[in-house]
Amino acid sequence: MSDSTAVKLSKKDFASDQEVRWCPGCGDYAVLNQVQRVLPELGVPRENFVFISGIGCSSRFPYYMNTYGFHSIHGRAPAIATGLKTARPELSVWVVTGDGDALSIGGNHLIHALRRNVDLKILLFNNRIYGLTKGQYSPTSESGKVTKSTPVGSPDYPFDPIAIALGAEASFAARSVDVDAKQLHDVLRRAYEHKGAAFVEILQNCNVFNDGAWAPLTEKATKADAQIVLEHGKPLVFGKDRDRGIRLSPRLEPEVVELGNGVSESDLVVYDERNPALAYLLSRLEPPQFPTPVGVFLAVSKPTYEQRVAEQIAAAREQLGEGDVDKLLRQGDTWAVR
Amino acid sequence: MKMSVAPPGEPQRVKKVEERESVVIRFAGDSGDGMQLTGMQFSTESALAGNDIGTLPDFPAEIRAPAGTLAGVSAFQVNFASQEVFTPGDDVDVLVAMNPAALRANLGDLKSGGILIVNTEAFSEQNLQRAGYANSPLDDGSLDRYQVFPVDVTKLTVNALQDLGLSNREALRCKNFFALGMISWLYHRPIESTEHWIRVKFKKSADLVEANLRALHAGYNFGETTELFAVSYQVKPAPIAPGFYRNITGNNAAALGFVAASRKAGLPLFLGSYPITPASDILHELSSLKHFDVTTFQAEDEIAAAGATLGAAFGGALGITTTSGPGMNLKMETIGLGVMVELPMVIVNIQRAGPSTGMPTKTEQADLLQAMYGRHGESPVPVIAAMTPSDCFYAAFEAARLAILYMTPVILLTDGYLANGTEPWLVPRFADLPDFPVAFRTDPQGFFPYLRDERTLARPWVRPGTPGLEHRIGGLSKEHITGNVSYSPANHEQMIRIRARKVAGIAREIAPTPVGGAPQGDVLVIGWGGTYGAIAAAVKDLVARGKAVGHVHLRYLNPLPADLPDILSRFRKILVPELNLGQLVRVLRAEYLVDAVGMNKIQGRPFKVSELVTRVQRLIEA
Ligand code: SF4
Repeated sequence: MSDSTAVKLSKKDFASDQEVRWCPGCGDYAVLNQVQRVLPELGVPRENFVFISGIGCSSRFPYYMNTYGFHSIHGRAPAIATGLKTARPELSVWVVTGDGDALSIGGNHLIHALRRNVDLKILLFNNRIYGLTKGQYSPTSESGKVTKSTPVGSPDYPFDPIAIALGAEASFAARSVDVDAKQLHDVLRRAYEHKGAAFVEILQNCNVFNDGAWAPLTEKATKADAQIVLEHGKPLVFGKDRDRGIRLSPRLEPEVVELGNGVSESDLVVYDERNPALAYLLSRLEPPQFPTPVGVFLAVSKPTYEQRVAEQIAAAREQLGEGDVDKLLRQGDTWAVR
Repeated sequence: MKMSVAPPGEPQRVKKVEERESVVIRFAGDSGDGMQLTGMQFSTESALAGNDIGTLPDFPAEIRAPAGTLAGVSAFQVNFASQEVFTPGDDVDVLVAMNPAALRANLGDLKSGGILIVNTEAFSEQNLQRAGYANSPLDDGSLDRYQVFPVDVTKLTVNALQDLGLSNREALRCKNFFALGMISWLYHRPIESTEHWIRVKFKKSADLVEANLRALHAGYNFGETTELFAVSYQVKPAPIAPGFYRNITGNNAAALGFVAASRKAGLPLFLGSYPITPASDILHELSSLKHFDVTTFQAEDEIAAAGATLGAAFGGALGITTTSGPGMNLKMETIGLGVMVELPMVIVNIQRAGPSTGMPTKTEQADLLQAMYGRHGESPVPVIAAMTPSDCFYAAFEAARLAILYMTPVILLTDGYLANGTEPWLVPRFADLPDFPVAFRTDPQGFFPYLRDERTLARPWVRPGTPGLEHRIGGLSKEHITGNVSYSPANHEQMIRIRARKVAGIAREIAPTPVGGAPQGDVLVIGWGGTYGAIAAAVKDLVARGKAVGHVHLRYLNPLPADLPDILSRFRKILVPELNLGQLVRVLRAEYLVDAVGMNKIQGRPFKVSELVTRVQRLIEA
């Protein structure tokens, strides 16, 4: 048994001795900082944390964490993490990925890890650009975006990570912003506490290749009007003066309404994080017409993949006993020659 | 319900009995005719009769091609003998053709004067047309070279089952057992094992048990009573080493080899796999062995199957991933990572006829160079190959052992021929297999991720969850010993060279190479993989005729055995038969500067013994 369960951990216990090499001012620093803050609070021995990443700026993350870590292949982290978590359910396995890594080259692995409900904590740093390869558009870049590979604008349409996660039957989906320390902290904790695949989109600023991609959400002056915080059981109110909200029209179309003049909080949608349909509806809200929702979109509980696999193995052992290799080898079409 | 007639047992033979040393039978029919099953049951009967056997199933890629067409022909070949059997046989002595398409597709392999049993009922105008016959070959004299036995299998089966109240369709389904009964009579096979099989298989329906038993017995009795067959044949038991035997396919054997290895290593087994022909049976087999602490993960694709396997290996499991040619391409990126992070895993490629989808149910050996060199960067991987269906057990076991001992991905090559073919296997005792318990590193004192074992050069295996040993691995170049990310040019070269030395060092694990046939002389035949049986039989034949021909069959393809150059030097000529355009021959020429010549066949079929004999003879004379 490990003694370290008893040891009180602090943030610096989670910092590795490696020099952090992101560009100065990169949003990744804030996320690293927040993760290193949250982990000691979770009561998990440090040796039981594993960070697995793919390729990209964000995927350097494991090197900076003093935990077990695996910096793997572009897009494949969810697959590798699935194998690890299935083989070792007692570990707390975190996947760090980006919009290119998770949604482009690794899209298939992401959706299937979510569908299976493997108990992974998947942190997707969405900066809407390829940073490590020096600035090509990504699957979340806005249509028409001018980048190195799209000099006259991207002809693609982007997709939304939360909508993808929901479509892939994620049991937990949340969104946060790199520099919003408190909100990010809360979301990370919720993700950890969720038993099952937890998908967290973190809006992250790449100040070198896509600076200000999320500016309205991070600037003090615009933030309160540009985002709406989803809170379970509470009406959808937002704005600097908390004077606006989201209401569903009789045709189930969301609309922004001003409170007052006969419109009260009781007319607004009361958020329910157990409702996947509502979560999807909210995932479709986009600026400038709507504020960007942040917080927990969905949290529903169902047995995890690794749990069900372990149960099947336990049931087989219960039923058939510990396998006997000699017996196994002697099954089937057999005969003795004397 | 009426009771079936009593099982005939071994009746008094009133007709003439002739003896044969070996017989090759091919059962051929429509893919819905149950020929695979008939062949398997006949093989079991033959094994129980004490013969040595070899089998070759040959089925279409389409699950159900249109009935009666050439594309839908499914066949199963059995070679049984009173002596050692190396292959399923070249040309066939007996062809059972359940319809015109089966006749047309297989007649070319029937020996002149061979026995041809045809189901006459199926030779309708429509079926003849579907098979591309203008006239019925039964009537136009084109079969005069053979001993033709026309039997209305369909009608005889339906008559035998008449009072059972089965639908016509159900009754027709029993006709393969009629055929099996008839051939069992013809070759004095005991049918108890088939009776037992029927009782177990159809235990849910007493009617079907009765119907199939009756069809079997009716076929058997038909042989005895009909005037059609004047002679029956006996094949005496082969001198077989005493012990406990089972019939086993290569895929089944590989699955068991991995289970045995995981036990010997003391590790749980994790299989990551994506369904692909002809590898899926390993996934099927292992998924039913959960009580052996086996986890099977059917991944979303080949890449994830390899990735999850590597993830499980990182977690301390014995990681296996299985696939065939096209899937192998998709796994290569992960194998490259496995080489870099130096974690153990076994990648099994059940080779099939490529490129691309090629002929997925047919065999080939064209992925050797891919296994050896098919990755980016300097990425050495041990490669080993299985030689016979039952050898897949030992090859799988050895692949797992090497992977763990040397902390490296290992590629195991088998092929469609081995995967689906069967042979009797003298079942080993678990206790007699080598132990190789795994010692995970747990001591933080002086730990570094790339501090290597002095002998094997393997790095330590640390399970996440071990206190004080937290460390990071990954695809970026790492510093010697510390494992920190490093872009130092000298360090990069050093690490590449160490990994190459590590894999080359596996040569020390290889036992002295056995040389079959002559120990020196005119021609050395070098093969690898599933060609073992055919080459061994050919060399035996040549040696019996006084030729100085030797045979080396390579289990280890990377690294090659250290004693190989010495063996090569003892022969005047070197022949390398392969089911590809010449892959091992290139390696041998490059490694040893020898004038080895290739012999190549790329038809989705194994070598015939006669082809090899002829080629070697030509080489001796040249
Ligand atoms: S390129 Fe962008 S995302 Fe990458 S480290 Fe620099 S700022 Fe961060």
